[in-house]
Amino acid sequence: MTRIINGEIYDPQNGIYGEVRDIYMKDGAITAEDPGPGGQTIDAAGMVVMPGGVDMHCHIAGPKVNVARKMRPEDHRGNMLPRTPITRSGTGGSVPSTFATGYRYAVMGYTTAFDAAVPPLAARHAHEELNDTPMIDKGFFVLMGNNEFIMQRIAAGEKQQVRDFAAWLLQATKAYAIKLVNPGGVELWKFLGNAHSIDDEVTGFGVTPRQIIQSLADASLDLGLPHRVHIHCNNLGVAGNWETTLDTMKALEGRRGHLTHLQFHSYGGEPGGLFHSKTADLVEYVNSHPNLSVDVGQVMFGDTTSMTGDGPLGYLLHQVTGRKWVNVDVENEEGCGIVPIEYKDKSYVHTTQWAIGLEWFLMMQDPWRIALTTDHPNGASFMMYPRIIRLLMDREFRKEMMQKVNQKALAETALPDLDREYSLGEIAIITRAAPARLLGLDHKGHLGVGADADITIYDKDEDKEKMFSSPRYVIKGGEVLVEDGHIREEVFGRTFYVNPSYDPDIEAKIQEYFDKYYTVRFENYPVQLEHYLPRHEVVACSA
Amino acid sequence: MLYEHVVCAFCGCVCDDIDVTVEDGRITQAKNACVLGKAWFLDHGKPTDLPAVRIDGQAASLEEGIDAAASLLARSHYPIIYGLSSTSCEAQRQAVALAEVLGGCIDCCTSVCHGPSGMAVQGVGEPTCTLGEVKNRANLVIYWGSNPAESHPRHMTRYAVTSRGMFTPNGRKDRTVVLVDVRPSPSSRAADIQLTVRPGKDFELLWALRALVQGQKVEESSLADTGVTLEQLVDLAGRMKSCRFGVLFVGQGLTQSRGKHMNLTAAFLLVRDLNRTTKFALMPMRGHGNVTGVDNVLAWQTGYPFGVNFSRGCPRFNPGEFTMVDVLRRGEADAVLSVASDPVASLPNSARRRLADVPVVAIDTHDSETTRIARVVFMAATAGIGVEGTAYRMDNVPLHLSKVLPTPYPSDEEILSRLLARVKEMKP
Ligand code: SF4
Ligand SMILES: [Zn+2]
Repeated sequence: MTRIINGEIYDPQNGIYGEVRDIYMKDGAITAEDPGPGGQTIDAAGMVVMPGGVDMHCHIAGPKVNVARKMRPEDHRGNMLPRTPITRSGTGGSVPSTFATGYRYAVMGYTTAFDAAVPPLAARHAHEELNDTPMIDKGFFVLMGNNEFIMQRIAAGEKQQVRDFAAWLLQATKAYAIKLVNPGGVELWKFLGNAHSIDDEVTGFGVTPRQIIQSLADASLDLGLPHRVHIHCNNLGVAGNWETTLDTMKALEGRRGHLTHLQFHSYGGEPGGLFHSKTADLVEYVNSHPNLSVDVGQVMFGDTTSMTGDGPLGYLLHQVTGRKWVNVDVENEEGCGIVPIEYKDKSYVHTTQWAIGLEWFLMMQDPWRIALTTDHPNGASFMMYPRIIRLLMDREFRKEMMQKVNQKALAETALPDLDREYSLGEIAIITRAAPARLLGLDHKGHLGVGADADITIYDKDEDKEKMFSSPRYVIKGGEVLVEDGHIREEVFGRTFYVNPSYDPDIEAKIQEYFDKYYTVRFENYPVQLEHYLPRHEVVACSA
Repeated sequence: MLYEHVVCAFCGCVCDDIDVTVEDGRITQAKNACVLGKAWFLDHGKPTDLPAVRIDGQAASLEEGIDAAASLLARSHYPIIYGLSSTSCEAQRQAVALAEVLGGCIDCCTSVCHGPSGMAVQGVGEPTCTLGEVKNRANLVIYWGSNPAESHPRHMTRYAVTSRGMFTPNGRKDRTVVLVDVRPSPSSRAADIQLTVRPGKDFELLWALRALVQGQKVEESSLADTGVTLEQLVDLAGRMKSCRFGVLFVGQGLTQSRGKHMNLTAAFLLVRDLNRTTKFALMPMRGHGNVTGVDNVLAWQTGYPFGVNFSRGCPRFNPGEFTMVDVLRRGEADAVLSVASDPVASLPNSARRRLADVPVVAIDTHDSETTRIARVVFMAATAGIGVEGTAYRMDNVPLHLSKVLPTPYPSDEEILSRLLARVKEMKP
């Protein structure tokens, strides 16, 4: 592909909102000038042209995703992808096989996705799956919020060592960012406890979630990570948790931080009781604190699978739903819980969750600090993105959908009063430009010179769900991968990781720790770069 | 030449602390390995003069072998690929791709060992952990239907019994070890408590234990033919409820005896119930070095962990229908590709008899009963000795296998990917 002409361009990063312009590309990147005669041209007259979509928080690779696949044959039956001369076969459902995951993202116009929660010990596994996930560029965040070595260093007041260890761990696992999941709480869950506030003490370690949050926020800042600390707060899903969420935001004290799937963290009420929306209070805080960014974790109605590094949450969901339950505690590091879940439109609780997600989108003033996610597959499959886009762009459709939900729950939320409709430009922000910027990926999410030639071209349609679920062309790295919903070429994208530097003196301490508490030797722990990331790209740190 | 902290891929323990000495092109020492691991390293580390390829017993070139095997497989209507538990994930990935192009079945040793555990997970889920959690925290360790002293010789020392960890600084002294089996075994010596259950009565015992853990009354008479007394069972239930962190390791004595996946369902439910009051985990004692890996590869590529069929172009799963023993027993398969496995020696009679009637292609690191009957035989480098790769420990922890010896043979991965390419030419 050489040029796209006559298209209506939406490239918010470069201030372009619907202008008709031509786009040129060469060697996989956008160029300023037409590279010269010849080459393929797409005439995009009357079409909408955007950068490829970027999913900054999903669960698509690694041990918990794979256990969910194994556990749920019923999720795959009736949702199968046959082999074609170009593509591998697979199964869909809420937890698609790796090939199906890549194809489905691409067919939807997404070209980049990050898995949000990989236990360091399983990094190799996540990379193996990412290598079998075609079409998209990818990477993952590595879990650190319950790491026992880190907690001990924090308790000892060794800030520098926390930073060095974090850098070492990012390098060892070839990860992209630091992720916290229920900091301290998952460690407590290993003896059946949990953290109920950011000031609970983590038994046996003498630290609090607050200290963990602050230490790792500092570490990611000091290391100059392209994506600062990514936080799944304590008390997910629990009535009254909005205060914990607010405390977490405040605990950052101006440090850069991303708070994820905030829909699940915006609940008023008393623990154990019914909850109600506290979106307005949290939005107000986020609006006035530019150091914070969020993604939503929108819930959509239907059957899906909850999978989380938050072990105690998994157990809670099992108790609530009575459905099958997987728990995996990972030595010295993390945990994991998996439960199938069906969100029902007649349910008070589920309607409240659905409405809270939409409130977040519709109340946040600055679209650059909010990303569209479903926390796939926790709130819903990523395949629901086009419908969510329609809910945001089409007030009448939203009203229609509101009629189908639990009216009592709906009346308790602000949703019926929110008239805002997203513009195409705003959609381009929350689905590509903002997530790319928040991830610190300079060459993604826009169409400026030097950006990756990842481009999605849509036929215009009044039905925005239709428009965004079946783009006319999807181009990645300058190649047409999808045309009219058909995959034209299978490619395997790059894996992004960071390479922060650290004081090598830390290694002796880590080794000593491994000798005592791990069942894998220190030398065998780091992921072999060339073997497990055959197509890799380092994203530079700014420190 | 000394290679330090090499990974042993023989059994599901996948120990990663073996120091391997190579002298004059052979492995002469495997320090830290158990007797099984030593034998594995030393046997596979010997030079052999077997031809890399044999067609009907005659040495042939790799090209000829690939051609012969590919046309045999491409011509068949219902081929099955089987084994894969003693090779790398890299090879397993190619095998799944090949099964897909062939439109046949793919199944692994899981279907004859812990398939019932996998099916129980599909029914009720699985509370589990990694082996380091056991090392660091467990103060009650139960082996049920398993004889680790013989099947996984370092399981107790490295991970579960004598190892010392964060909350178990005194190792063995900090733990109670219970063995439940149909007879005493060499593992009994390591146990504080041994319960001898009558063969086929595991389900009844597990169910009664569940009742006791839930505080229900159990009559002595209902245990009459289990071989275990109420007093013994009440004692065990008490220990399970009052431990700080318990783990139940289940072996093939449970998965392959009367009740099969129902035994495992009972075990998982028991452990699930226990989590209301204490921390408890269950872990299947996976046997072969990378049988856990093949479950994982199959699951991420197809959604299903074993017994997968591609005859409709997309993956379908049905244990009992698409599993090796059943496909053979019913006389459905018209070609078999065996990879790193010896089905002739290991499958039940009713299934293995059929192997004599269908063309077999075998890829293995050494001669076996299966290579002896196979039309086309490929000798392959051993993953973890002659070639690098990935293996998953029984707790799903992935480890990198290294290459410590040069080998004249290609890897399983290479043979399978060349087969795949050739079959694609014949059967686009
Ligand atoms: S226990 Fe298993 S993995 Fe460990 S050395 Fe022995 S055979 Fe090898
Ligand atoms: Zn998530």
